[in-house]
Amino acid sequence: MTDKTIHYPLKLEGPDVPMVRFMNVSKRYGDLVVLDRLDLDVAAGEMVTIIGPSGSGKTTVLRMIMTLEKIDEGVIYIDGEPLTHMEKNGKLVRANQAHMRKMRSKIGMCFQHFNLFPHMTALENCMEGPVQVLGISKDEARERAMELLEMVGMAEKSDQHPSRLSGGQQQRVAIARALAMRPKVMLFDEVTSALDPEVINEVTTVIRNLVDQHSLTMLMVTHQIGFAREISDRICFFFGGRIEEQGPPTDLLDEPQEDRTQQFLSAVFDAN
Amino acid sequence: MFDWQWDFTWSILPRLIEATGKTLLAAGGGYLVALVLGLILALAQRTPWKPLTLVVRELVEFIRSTPLLLQVFFIYYVGPQIGLRLSPWTAGLTAIGLHYAAYLSEVYRGGIESIGKGQWEAARAINMSTAATYRRIIIPQALPPSIAGMGNYLVGIFKDTPMLSVIGVGELMHTANTIGAENYRYLEPYTLVGLIFLAISLPAAWLVRRFEAATRRRLGLSK
Repeated sequence: MTDKTIHYPLKLEGPDVPMVRFMNVSKRYGDLVVLDRLDLDVAAGEMVTIIGPSGSGKTTVLRMIMTLEKIDEGVIYIDGEPLTHMEKNGKLVRANQAHMRKMRSKIGMCFQHFNLFPHMTALENCMEGPVQVLGISKDEARERAMELLEMVGMAEKSDQHPSRLSGGQQQRVAIARALAMRPKVMLFDEVTSALDPEVINEVTTVIRNLVDQHSLTMLMVTHQIGFAREISDRICFFFGGRIEEQGPPTDLLDEPQEDRTQQFLSAVFDAN
Repeated sequence: MFDWQWDFTWSILPRLIEATGKTLLAAGGGYLVALVLGLILALAQRTPWKPLTLVVRELVEFIRSTPLLLQVFFIYYVGPQIGLRLSPWTAGLTAIGLHYAAYLSEVYRGGIESIGKGQWEAARAINMSTAATYRRIIIPQALPPSIAGMGNYLVGIFKDTPMLSVIGVGELMHTANTIGAENYRYLEPYTLVGLIFLAISLPAAWLVRRFEAATRRRLGLSK
């Protein structure tokens, strides 16, 4: 927080508090600027997709929300409360572990390479967090995990270890595992990028159902423009660590205003 | 060529078998110390607090680079000068436990480092604490690839117990020396000691391999 001219509130208040707010957030690796004074709001229940060339900072945005990356400047708020910082004597200071653990309970994430726990069955993967972190009884956690596995179409494979599951199946279990923690914000980081083309649909169907049936706030990074168009409320095009252009899918994809957006989209459409 | 005396062999066998028990006790006790202390040394090198990491790293290197025999002597004979008065057994178990803890900490470290970053991030994403992540996610996966190395050091610690004879721990080697000196016959006692070591080491190595395979199966890690 080097820029003294920006006022970072201790808390966001009012009728329209966004579920996620990035305020002037920057991230650098040495000389490389990954995020450059980013401002981004995501409303509660909104589905926002981030697209852009590799190295544009898209994944970093999600990783920061999951507290997997530290930020260099700015503040991120979740559900009105600061995530990267906390209040101390009326001032914002860097969040400590306890604060981050409290805030992290509102956030769930699915990864490109699934990252299921290989020594646990699909069911155990979905019970681990509820039992170990939330302190829910095993019976209750099992019941809830089975419901979620049912929802993602994996109930029949609940006793299988990840090594016995296909990529699409593993990713569906990973979505159930994240949902078992009852997050308010779900992050999908290129969840179909490591999948064979014929199983991508299993995973996108699950995400589509989530969007239709739940009021979760979701942020998704993807290269699948068609899928993004279909389910997003808004698409943000990232370039050089900033939002170059954003808007509803039809506006951004069909009538992009910026040159860079046009170039990126035509390159993606050509590739497809 | 050899003057092997069966009568003498049978007469010393009970004493050697009794000493075998003490050898196993020394090896088992030392290994237990090494298993626990080794894990502490391994985890201490992974704390975010750099000075601790550095000190433990150097300690491990120091122990690994000096002979066990010297460490045994040092703890037993030099210890009293700094107020550390230990019985031969305690000194012996401390020395051998500490020595092998240094080696085991490297085995653990390798096992822990073999677990990808994705597992840590997945655990973070379901909001697990660092301690729970080690206990539930990392160590169970780090264990199977470490078992082979851990087993080698189990056999190693067993074979190194004769070093404790020099400070008077009454294990196999010490007993064989005593028998030899009493009777001016070394062929039978030393041969028997060798055979006893062989009879224990070989099945132990086999059991370790079985245990490794069983652990992998139990954790669902074998394809």
